[in-house]
Amino acid sequence: MPTYQLKINGNTQTVQADSDTPLMWVLRDNLNLVGTKYGCGIAQCGTCTVHVDGVATRSCLLQVSQLQGMEITTIEGLSEHGTHPVQEAWKEIDVPQCGYCQAGQIMTAAAFLKTNKNPNASDIRTAMQGNICRCASYNSIEKAVMLAAKNS
Amino acid sequence: MKSSNNIQFSRRSFLRTSALASGGMLVGFNLFNACKPDVKPPVDLSLLNYNDFNAFIKISDDGKVTIFSPNPEIGQGVKTSMPMLIAEELDVAWSDVHVAQGALDTKNFTRQVAGGSQSLRQGWEPLRQTGATARQMLVNAAAARWGVDASECTTKEGVIKNANGDELGYGEVVHEAAALEVPEDVKLKDPKDFTIIGKGQSNVDIDEIVTGKPLFGLDYKREGMQYVSVLRPPAFGQVLESFDDSSARSVNGVNDVIRFGDKIAVLANSTWSAMKGKKALKVEWKQDTKAESTEMHDKLLMDLLDGNKFETFRKDGDVNKAFAEADQILERTYESPFLPHNCMEPMNFFANVTTDKIELVGPIQTPARTASRIAGMLGRDESEITLEMTRMGGGFGRRLYGDFAMEAAEISHLAKKPVQVVFSREDDMAAGIYRPAIKYRIKAAVKEGKVSAYHLKEAAINSNMYGLIPNFFPAGAVANYQVDGANYKSNITTGAWRAPYTNFLASAEQSFFDELAELMEVDRIQLHLDLLQNVKGTTDERIQYSPERLEGVIKKVVEASNYGKSKEGVYQGFAVYYCHNTHVAEVADVVMDNGFPVVKKVTCVVDCGIVVNPLGAENQVVGGVIDGIGHAMYGELTFDDGEPQSNNFNSYQLIRMNQTPQVDVHFIQNNIAPTGLGEPTLPPVGGAISNAIYAATGKRLYKQPFINNLDLEQVIG
Ligand code: FES
Ligand code: FES
Repeated sequence: MPTYQLKINGNTQTVQADSDTPLMWVLRDNLNLVGTKYGCGIAQCGTCTVHVDGVATRSCLLQVSQLQGMEITTIEGLSEHGTHPVQEAWKEIDVPQCGYCQAGQIMTAAAFLKTNKNPNASDIRTAMQGNICRCASYNSIEKAVMLAAKNS
Repeated sequence: MKSSNNIQFSRRSFLRTSALASGGMLVGFNLFNACKPDVKPPVDLSLLNYNDFNAFIKISDDGKVTIFSPNPEIGQGVKTSMPMLIAEELDVAWSDVHVAQGALDTKNFTRQVAGGSQSLRQGWEPLRQTGATARQMLVNAAAARWGVDASECTTKEGVIKNANGDELGYGEVVHEAAALEVPEDVKLKDPKDFTIIGKGQSNVDIDEIVTGKPLFGLDYKREGMQYVSVLRPPAFGQVLESFDDSSARSVNGVNDVIRFGDKIAVLANSTWSAMKGKKALKVEWKQDTKAESTEMHDKLLMDLLDGNKFETFRKDGDVNKAFAEADQILERTYESPFLPHNCMEPMNFFANVTTDKIELVGPIQTPARTASRIAGMLGRDESEITLEMTRMGGGFGRRLYGDFAMEAAEISHLAKKPVQVVFSREDDMAAGIYRPAIKYRIKAAVKEGKVSAYHLKEAAINSNMYGLIPNFFPAGAVANYQVDGANYKSNITTGAWRAPYTNFLASAEQSFFDELAELMEVDRIQLHLDLLQNVKGTTDERIQYSPERLEGVIKKVVEASNYGKSKEGVYQGFAVYYCHNTHVAEVADVVMDNGFPVVKKVTCVVDCGIVVNPLGAENQVVGGVIDGIGHAMYGELTFDDGEPQSNNFNSYQLIRMNQTPQVDVHFIQNNIAPTGLGEPTLPPVGGAISNAIYAATGKRLYKQPFINNLDLEQVIG
């Protein structure tokens, strides 16, 4: 099995995996970073969203062999103590229901707010539409993104 | 309807205490059951088990409170709201309360099912009693130390005070308290004195959720654990004829391939290897029972509606006579498809079956039933089983069924290894236990401006509504009333889906009433209020809903939504319903955007009694409304040759953020014991939006998903 060096949350990690293994499974099974969730495996739901060089990316279709030299950030590395403005807003609004989709929602929102510091509701709804929440916490997500934008 | 205030609990019989060896007091209690006569809680936390008690409260020397509750969490916020009840009566600051989800032995655990919106309703009284009893024991201990009468002492946020102004923290008297008799005569707080109940509290797991900590079933790991992908028959009615696993076994990381029944398990070092191994299996399937299709179901259900093979669930008066004498008759047929649950976290379970014990870990709504079925399947004693529940990435009814846990146990038993069965999204959608397709035919008679008869016929795949539903509104409101059901037994597995039995029924009935009001040329709201008038003071004990409470939510929703006075270009649809012991009224606002109807807003008024946790409650109400809209608009699973025609989110549409309206929530304030919230706001919303879309477009919608009847592109992905 080939070996890969990945830069994850600021640390370089060495993993052994087949070259076609999606980053999502490398994170979950090899590195025990289980905050990145499996939802569909075909880039349709957003639960597996991580940042690759700062851009929100679906880790379920990203093969481990394509990531040399890239900076990967997962929910575990978004902030040291869970105090990123998006995480704070999520707590304040009490967004999660079952909670399963929320790491992906937070990662999408955090990357989005870097590109749009002053979004309106319609910007947020468009930016977040790739992330499914089966519990339909969308109203709260919208509020929380708005709040995070205000506080960052 | 009566609240449960007058149920008598014997505290001595359902609650026991012990002093912990490491310091602190442990209260063990049984919800809804008496303890066995001679049991005591353990003196060491490592010995906590749920054989004799179903939850524990630990009060430490520093006054901090830990609640060990094995009640499952599926996003209904029960894990937050149930401890709130204890903390309220115990009189401690919520910030001093920590909730730990307990592992669970299955014996004697009552109502460990999260489903049916019942957990909170059933725990309302006993959980408060438990908190109040523990509080009284602490007070009694402090009073004894001071040599004063306990009745002179007060408590606030974990501190006991006497008339002289002396203070003792709970932690300072825990040892003495643990040794005291359990008092019988504790008083519960007056709802107006609540400081925790009725105040919004965040989800107890919120910090872990937003930082991605392992909480869910799929996050569970064990040294040496095999990840397992299972190949199941691709179509209903098929069995496994033969297979060749040589390529599967040569996939990197695959350790074993095991056939069990008509399924094949691939065990591997990683999820990816297991999934790849499964894809590499070469299999011959054989159609054993009928290969069914949606087309066939549509015809069969229509034939049932046209036929006379009905079972009658309720019959008042004589509907046929009333139809013969009617001035006007309205008859309409409403249709709905199969729906998968699509929990965001696909089904999964961990099992480790060894010669001396069976360990099970994972997300399940019915731990006790599942453990006992596994014991039966493996011929083992239930006492050998421990089942630990993880947080659930959604339930919606799917996790009531333990099929995935049984698979894990069987595979672990055969492989003699710890395993985690992981459903891919495709497995999850294609091996479902679906909400069955249902059709309703509703017929009403109008005589002299009044509804004189109401006849509802149901044709369903596999199972009909039963029990209480025929006694929901409009039962009792129409003199001649009949509910009939017929079903077709299919080999497609079906079961409970969020708000079982009513999730489509309410939509159909509330669309029907809208059309009926139009035919009668009366106001839709007034029609409902008039019908409810007929139920007031009824002596019919079968009637489940309260006409007064329905009237209350109707009046409130009219006011809150500005019903009938909406702005130019805003079209409104109304619906009202009672289910899961909760009364709900909703108004949907639709606007036309480029010729298409768009739901902009839903006003939802809920009477669920006391709102224990407004933050969690509002989340559930909003979630139910949006979920209802999503499935009424887009949800549909069809079959061809026995095979589900969608298996992932590129071919099955779930509602997304850009399609979601704002939901404006109002709770009726009262002091009635709390009722369900996870489900009751979902059923009526299909009616509210179809009525609003009718107002906007002049088009009546009879068949879900509505998207198929509107000239809209289905937006997927
Ligand atoms: S798991 Fe990657 S988008 Fe769904
Ligand atoms: S909170 Fe359950 S899927 Fe989003």
